[in-house]
Amino acid sequence: MPAGLNRALLTLAGAVVAIVLAIAVCSVAIVAAGGDPLHALTAFFDFGASERAQSNSVATLFNRAVPLFIAGLAVAIGFRMNLFNIGVEGQYRIAAICAAYVGSTFVAPAPIQIAVIIVVAMVVGGLYALIPAIMKVTRGVNEVIATIMLNYIAINISAYLVRGPFAGARAEGELTVSTPPLPDSGMFPDLNFVFGWFGMLAPTREGGLWGFLVVAIVLGVVLWVVLERTRFGFDVKASGLNQSAALAAGVNPKRMVIAAMVLSGAIAGLIGLPEVLGSTGSFGTTFTSGLGFLGIAVALLGRNKPAGIAVAALLFAFLDRAQGPLQFANIPPSVIEIIQGVIVLLVVVANEVTNRFALRLEERRAARQLKVTA
Amino acid sequence: MLGKRFNRMAFGSVVGVMLMAAAACGGGGGTTATEEPAGGASSPASGLKVGLAFDVGGRGDKSFNDAAYAGLEKAKTDLGAEIKELSPAADGSNRGDLLRQLADAGYNPIIGVGFAYAEDVKAAATEYPDIEFAIVDSASSAPNVTGLLFAEEQGSYLAGVAAAAKSEAGHVGFVGGVENDLIRKFEAGFDAGVKSVKPDAKIDVTYLTPDGDFSGFQAPDKGKIAAEKMFQDGADIVYHAAGDSGLGVFQAAAAAGKKAIGVDSDQRQTVTETNLQSVIMTSMLKRVDVGVFEFIKAFQGGAKGGQDVTYDLKVDGVGLATTGGEIDDIKDQLDKAKQDIVNGTIKVPSQPES
Repeated sequence: MPAGLNRALLTLAGAVVAIVLAIAVCSVAIVAAGGDPLHALTAFFDFGASERAQSNSVATLFNRAVPLFIAGLAVAIGFRMNLFNIGVEGQYRIAAICAAYVGSTFVAPAPIQIAVIIVVAMVVGGLYALIPAIMKVTRGVNEVIATIMLNYIAINISAYLVRGPFAGARAEGELTVSTPPLPDSGMFPDLNFVFGWFGMLAPTREGGLWGFLVVAIVLGVVLWVVLERTRFGFDVKASGLNQSAALAAGVNPKRMVIAAMVLSGAIAGLIGLPEVLGSTGSFGTTFTSGLGFLGIAVALLGRNKPAGIAVAALLFAFLDRAQGPLQFANIPPSVIEIIQGVIVLLVVVANEVTNRFALRLEERRAARQLKVTA
Repeated sequence: MLGKRFNRMAFGSVVGVMLMAAAACGGGGGTTATEEPAGGASSPASGLKVGLAFDVGGRGDKSFNDAAYAGLEKAKTDLGAEIKELSPAADGSNRGDLLRQLADAGYNPIIGVGFAYAEDVKAAATEYPDIEFAIVDSASSAPNVTGLLFAEEQGSYLAGVAAAAKSEAGHVGFVGGVENDLIRKFEAGFDAGVKSVKPDAKIDVTYLTPDGDFSGFQAPDKGKIAAEKMFQDGADIVYHAAGDSGLGVFQAAAAAGKKAIGVDSDQRQTVTETNLQSVIMTSMLKRVDVGVFEFIKAFQGGAKGGQDVTYDLKVDGVGLATTGGEIDDIKDQLDKAKQDIVNGTIKVPSQPES
């Protein structure tokens, strides 16, 4: 049995055991909340009775997964270098508002308009992440603390910008504020036609299936190549595993910190765009917040690898989507958050256990082979 | 050897889990099948199915959302409606989806509670033109949307009058949840009411979070800190318009032995902690329950949307709660202020001066 397959099976078994345990723990929570666990399990798979409802539910699931996936990628880049970029939250919010505003100030053909918006988001996110990176390499400021503090600054700056300098016209009698709407050429085309391939109705929900899904997939593949198949990716990994060894091998640690943080921030800048370019067309009071923090859980769950992060994002989106159906089944909405928390915790524990187990197996095999040759 | 054995173990557990999952799904399918006819049979004679989606904070905030729910429950008992209420995720990202899920499940009318629903109700109303929607705290945005508005500044004016009349220090406070135009209406009315009684009174104003950051409506810890500061600085009555965070204001008042004014619901009744009830001198009632119920009733009567309905002092859409009898002695003063506002003698500003 090759060691790689061995390891993969172990990981899979660990994840499965974690999910089964999570279901058991959550059943207890559901029973305690006065619900029926079996009923709750059904609700997770209840995508609605009508075809229209089903299409909408599927679109909702993927629309939720896309930003979570990008957030997971952004966090993972830092994690692979033992850099804890807790600042993804602030980076994506400030990037989203700047991109939404800049995009609303001019009209150009769609590809140019969208490209400019994406570039602005990445540049702003990257620059905002550059601050803690510089603080770390020049003054040794811990990036965890710096990014947490910068989150508060970013959140408040974006809240100020959206009701001040970047505020658009407000509809009569509405209390929400938002940036001016993007021109039509700034809206990312939807992927509703995909539903036709499966004989389903096109979703009727605002924005349909967000086209940014394609960008996310491309981003995931590119990142995998960069991290696993290039010199830069190797340097990142080496710096994360053993900084002094990497230094001895000629990797400049300062340069790596800056490069990894800026890359992480640039990707973080994209987190808000699926929503802005997909349905709202602006950054407003109801802009989804908290994705940066969720990204930490998604990255952990996905073991900092693009494929794993995709699975984790889909799992989170799957759980999130069930918020409505669960309530139709009379399960309190807070239970779903308990379920998410439990799954993340158990999967992380399972990861650690399988890691140790695999290591021990490896050691024994090595010992055995040494004995044979001796 | 060991590796092989472990593989078998791993494989075994994977297969086992798959079987379990399959069993769970199978069982689940059965439940859905039996559920549907049961649901159909239990639908009341009136055939009225009312859906309601709460704002962030959800049901159980003893305030805004609970007031909306009270109106919904009244529709159930008085109109025989079948009701369903849903709460959004903590980040509010699924507001629109809740509305769609209600629409897809056959609910009509559907009510979005809170101004944050503005865009989502507008979108859902376009997607489901045959369904009537209502939105609390925001204007109508489509032909099938009714805006349910309240004159919060008028009720807050009365709260200000009561606070100023009852304050011995001539120093009161206001804790707002989120610094947006809605909550600023509360501040403006309160401010004007206090000044009408004691022009030189000191009013401390704190907002828990800036506009766009809704966490201020569900942060009792922040509410407590803000109110503690005001009480330490010499205020003896603090009025809050901060949703869930108001609990913290009451806790601070109880600890300081001072008074607080509740908001939206009659909080002296809705707050479950008995030690906190006695600190709530009065509450500024925003009769979201009346608005919600009247909307459902009008819908049953065949009314269509496309316009706003404002609930003000004239129709008792806002007012003060008298539970506990602490403001009974200033009743005349309050009634006069109310009369002046209804007559138009007093014009209450809806934006703070500064």
